[in-house]
Amino acid sequence: MSVDEATVRHVAKLARIAVSDAEVQKLAPELSNILGWVEQLGEVNVDGVAPMTAVIPNTLRLRDDVVTEPDRRDDILANAPVAEHGFFAVPKVIE
Amino acid sequence: MSGITDLGVAAIRDGVKAGTFSAREAAVAYIGAMEAGRPLNAFVVETPEHALAAADAADADRAAGNLKPLSGVPLGIKDLFCTAGVQTTAGSRMLEGYKPVYESTVSANLFAAGAGMLGKLNMDEFAMGSSNETSAFGNVLSPWRRNDGGNVALTPGGSSGGSASAVAARMAPGVTGTDTGGSIRQPAAFTGITGIKPTYGRCSRWGVVAFASSLDQAGPMARDVKDCAVMLEAMAGFDAKDSTSLNLPVPTWEAALSSDIRGKRVGIPKEYRIDGVPAEIDAVWEQGIAWLRDAGAEIVEVSLPHTKYALPTYYIIAPAEASSNLARYDGVRYGLRVQPEQGGLNDMYEATRAAGFGAEVKRRIMIGTYVLSAGFYDAYFNQAQKVRALIARDFDTAFEDVDLLLTPTAPSAAFGIGEKMADPIAMYLNDVFAVPASLAGLPAISVPAGLDGQGLPLGLQIIGRALDEQGVLNAALAFEERAGFNHRAEAWW
Repeated sequence: MSVDEATVRHVAKLARIAVSDAEVQKLAPELSNILGWVEQLGEVNVDGVAPMTAVIPNTLRLRDDVVTEPDRRDDILANAPVAEHGFFAVPKVIE
Repeated sequence: MSGITDLGVAAIRDGVKAGTFSAREAAVAYIGAMEAGRPLNAFVVETPEHALAAADAADADRAAGNLKPLSGVPLGIKDLFCTAGVQTTAGSRMLEGYKPVYESTVSANLFAAGAGMLGKLNMDEFAMGSSNETSAFGNVLSPWRRNDGGNVALTPGGSSGGSASAVAARMAPGVTGTDTGGSIRQPAAFTGITGIKPTYGRCSRWGVVAFASSLDQAGPMARDVKDCAVMLEAMAGFDAKDSTSLNLPVPTWEAALSSDIRGKRVGIPKEYRIDGVPAEIDAVWEQGIAWLRDAGAEIVEVSLPHTKYALPTYYIIAPAEASSNLARYDGVRYGLRVQPEQGGLNDMYEATRAAGFGAEVKRRIMIGTYVLSAGFYDAYFNQAQKVRALIARDFDTAFEDVDLLLTPTAPSAAFGIGEKMADPIAMYLNDVFAVPASLAGLPAISVPAGLDGQGLPLGLQIIGRALDEQGVLNAALAFEERAGFNHRAEAWW
């Protein structure tokens, strides 16, 4: 798979990473190389093989639907870049 | 007291218990070694106050007849583990200044066992790298140098590069590492130390900054097999806060250590003999086979037919999981925020992530985003999960015939800083022997085997059945006794 620059821009958009023109030019061949290399998996016969879902067999545990944490609002906000009035603050979303 | 930094985890624990020296003396000795070792850039944060407080508590506990399993042992903690009130960056600019308000389960377990923390250890950014060169906080230097007098700066491997360098340079008796696709074992091999990745689920992932959650597993790195057993016993255990934690009792690995492996069947996977690997790697592998045979093991050739697909499988699955896990770095809840003038929320996300992530992390997030995107999911991600199942099946089949596998840990000795950064795939190939056991969740250890012609350490890997850390440790002990590896890097720093 050859990744063109438009694809790089699209993927960067999906990943929410701003990329400069210079980065796009550098990333296109890099991603092409890596994807070209992983494509060898296509030659493996996987007929009847289920995709792995758990590396070590384990059962998903259920817990009681109860509150397990006390109010830790201040802890949760302690590392926020901007917190106001007990909330995370972000740029205006709706004009 | 001089000489304490020549002692490892168990020896310090025993020395404190016997009263040969105090825990404070041990902490002071290692703090001195850590400070003297600053040119290696292994630690990103030093916490001598933590180590001293734990040491004083250990001395008080001894006076009260109340010693704990790791009382008096100062440890280094990889900067991937959240440590309450102590900066935790995962090697990324994105988390510079981040001070968690909680403690990871693994570090909490170690501290509850009486250990102290010397500091936080440098690493590849978000554990993505094999040379510690992707850290936002600078390269870590290996204490080892080639014997050609050239003094070329060598990598300690990665991603647990600071961890490996700290143990090899005698700046810590033992450290935590994490291993997603070889990040404990490859640096251990590069620096002549021992490191074990336990079975997936043995150590809680809670509070460990996530990279690829189906692969991430913590483990100890130390100077010998016994020290790894001692540390792993304290680190492991069921944790309800990790949904993939194994609800099993922690075995008494140290007490059950035995180098009597007579009658064990050790498989040599023929697919691990790959082109382009230096002859010295093959030679040390042959030597390792001879040592295990000498220990009474029966050597058997086995086949793991899908081995060549392990690395490409890993480089689909790990980036896919990373692209999802690292979506949390959005400039809102913690970490860096970059807010362009006049920009909206999406502009903030994009600017924050552009500024906060380094090149390798961006590359992997984008690969992961691509392979999970509409139209490509089946061809890449689903196919990789099917091949992963075949790789795990290969191991299951082999373990019907043998108890353990012996392979090289890495395809070369440590390389020079800068030598492989230009070619991502060449860098990825470092983990060609380590990744298959990661994909199958199996316990695997790297033990030092000898030096190459340039005087650099080479390691061999022993892989065991799921949950058979004991078998792995015991074979590693038998190996260690025969290898007699007592080389160490000459202090030049």
